[in-house]
Amino acid sequence: MLEIRFHGRGGQGAVTSAELIAIAAIGKGKFSQAFPSFGPERRGAPVVAFCRVDDKKILIRAKVYEPDIVVVLDPGLLTLVDPTEGLKPDGTLIINSKKSYEEIMNSCSFSCRVGIVDANKIAQEELGRVIVNTTMLGAVMKATGILEVDDIRAAMLDRFGSKLGEKNMKALARAYAELTIKE
Amino acid sequence: MAKERKGIEVSLAISEAVGQADCDVISAYPITPQTHIVEHLSEMVAEGHLDAEFVPVESEHSAMSVCCGSAAVGARTFTSTSSQGLALMAEIFYITSSLRLPVVMALANRSLSGPLSIWNDHTDTMMVRDAGWIHVFAENGQEAYDHVFWSFRVAEDAGVMLPVALNLDGFIMTHMIEPVEFEDDDLIKKYLPEFKMEGALHPDNPISMGCFAMPEMYTETQMAREQALLNSYPICIKAWEEWAALTGRHYHPIETYKADDAEYCIVTMGSYGETAMEAVDALRKEGEKVGLIKIRLWRPFPFEAFAKAAKGKKILIVMDRAISFGGPGGPVALELRSALYNKPGAPTIVNYVAGLAGRDVAVNDFKHIILEGKAKAEKGDTDGYTLYGLRA
Amino acid sequence: MAKPMNKIAWQELEVGAAVSEVGNAREYKTGTWRSLRPVVNKTQCIRCGVCWLFCPDMSIVRSPEGHFEADLEYCKGCGICAHECPVGCITMVAEEE
Repeated sequence: MLEIRFHGRGGQGAVTSAELIAIAAIGKGKFSQAFPSFGPERRGAPVVAFCRVDDKKILIRAKVYEPDIVVVLDPGLLTLVDPTEGLKPDGTLIINSKKSYEEIMNSCSFSCRVGIVDANKIAQEELGRVIVNTTMLGAVMKATGILEVDDIRAAMLDRFGSKLGEKNMKALARAYAELTIKE
Repeated sequence: MAKERKGIEVSLAISEAVGQADCDVISAYPITPQTHIVEHLSEMVAEGHLDAEFVPVESEHSAMSVCCGSAAVGARTFTSTSSQGLALMAEIFYITSSLRLPVVMALANRSLSGPLSIWNDHTDTMMVRDAGWIHVFAENGQEAYDHVFWSFRVAEDAGVMLPVALNLDGFIMTHMIEPVEFEDDDLIKKYLPEFKMEGALHPDNPISMGCFAMPEMYTETQMAREQALLNSYPICIKAWEEWAALTGRHYHPIETYKADDAEYCIVTMGSYGETAMEAVDALRKEGEKVGLIKIRLWRPFPFEAFAKAAKGKKILIVMDRAISFGGPGGPVALELRSALYNKPGAPTIVNYVAGLAGRDVAVNDFKHIILEGKAKAEKGDTDGYTLYGLRA
Repeated sequence: MAKPMNKIAWQELEVGAAVSEVGNAREYKTGTWRSLRPVVNKTQCIRCGVCWLFCPDMSIVRSPEGHFEADLEYCKGCGICAHECPVGCITMVAEEE
């Protein structure tokens, strides 16, 4: 079973990210769960969303405590939360940032595998706005290998319509290609 | 709709099921965490996907009143609420069953204030435990979807004519995206006949519903109500068998997991039963001969089926997700202790209350509860209950 | 005639304790509750029907000549008809007389 935790702010679409992975995985015949950190929804407040993917039925009904992947949609959160909390020793942290690995490490001391992609830039260029939830999915897929980019197309188009959906797919594909991973 | 497996939020799966069931009237007031169910239903009606009346009301009290009126004229009726909303409609909730009106409610279990809490537990359903409704618990999205149809099938059966509460854990289920197998419309039509109500209100056939009763009559009316609930049991079973024949998915009033050869069992009701299955597997690997008994039908309580599942077990660790203040323990433990009282060879019962206001009960928590509960039972420390995870 | 309440077994009740015997409230003779009864002075009565309109129990009935009289099987003696009569032709008289 693969467990993913997303960190974002209310309104940035962290929950949508988790949902799209779940729907795509289920579409491929897998089992999946996606859910937010339950509570009243407020724009701007830090939110956490969870996703589990497995080839057999998922029975756990609790938060993800030991994720395999942690995704940080908003680099500003790095000073507010420790995204590596519970991260499995062989897990991967994926950060949306325009900084280089060395620059990030100056202020944070992550000792895990780190993936970095400038999703803000990609989203701005492909979507015209800095909403990075779908873009970051490309990074997640590259880092985990659980789904191919095309596996998520149907769910994406269903959620956003064909025009916006295709733009999101483009952004996603770019993040897939531009993600850099440091072990 | 055709048969399809898809990832969907459980709330929306429920709304879609209500649509497939060709519901006639929906009246509900929004309350977290049921909101997505009724929002989606109102969209379905507004966009013409469901030919029904969606009656917006100013409170849950009115919602249930509208449902009573609607069911009384023989319309297939659905509503949904949680916690404080259920509390607000409580007086009508009791009346619905006394009038024998087959309303179906998705009860998204949420804790009762105070303090104010929007998260999940069973305090709301326990508040109306004695109201004469049929209560069933769904543990995952598939079960929630399937039981919408089961609920209508049972409620509207001429031999039942009682309202049904489909309990599902708020947030933990309502806001969860998971795989659900949708059945096609033809199968649903086969399973769920058109609702034809005998004795429905109609100007051609004037009757009075909701009369006043003198003390000379009241006791008899309550016995009639009790019998109606007890008589619904065989129809509950039949409705599950019919569903199994069409879909291959089997449900029972009491379900067990690795309990046949278990020396002792944990008993759950609600979605955390699935997490408990993982704990049972983990403990089995460590040599514990533990099993799980799950309560699916809460009212009418399946005494025989439960006694059968518990037979020969030395210890039962009974989980509750609600408290009865000042009482002897959680409501489920109370029920089971009572069910097994004076029965020869009855297991020792220890009671744990966990998961109040949605506090996580994870696999490790269950492992801890099972082992600690077993130790308590062996020491004879069985009075009252343990409030798991309490910081003291 | 409905069975006396204290003779009805629970199995004989209708579903949901509904009452399908139409209009059986008629069997409940509330006239026995009365301690005053309305007496109409027929020469003063203008046959306006106000007493009939105001009776809360539908216990004023119209006679063939057009006067309005209390139906003594049901009249509870509340006195509203006497109070409302525009010409004051109704007097409430004690039952024992």
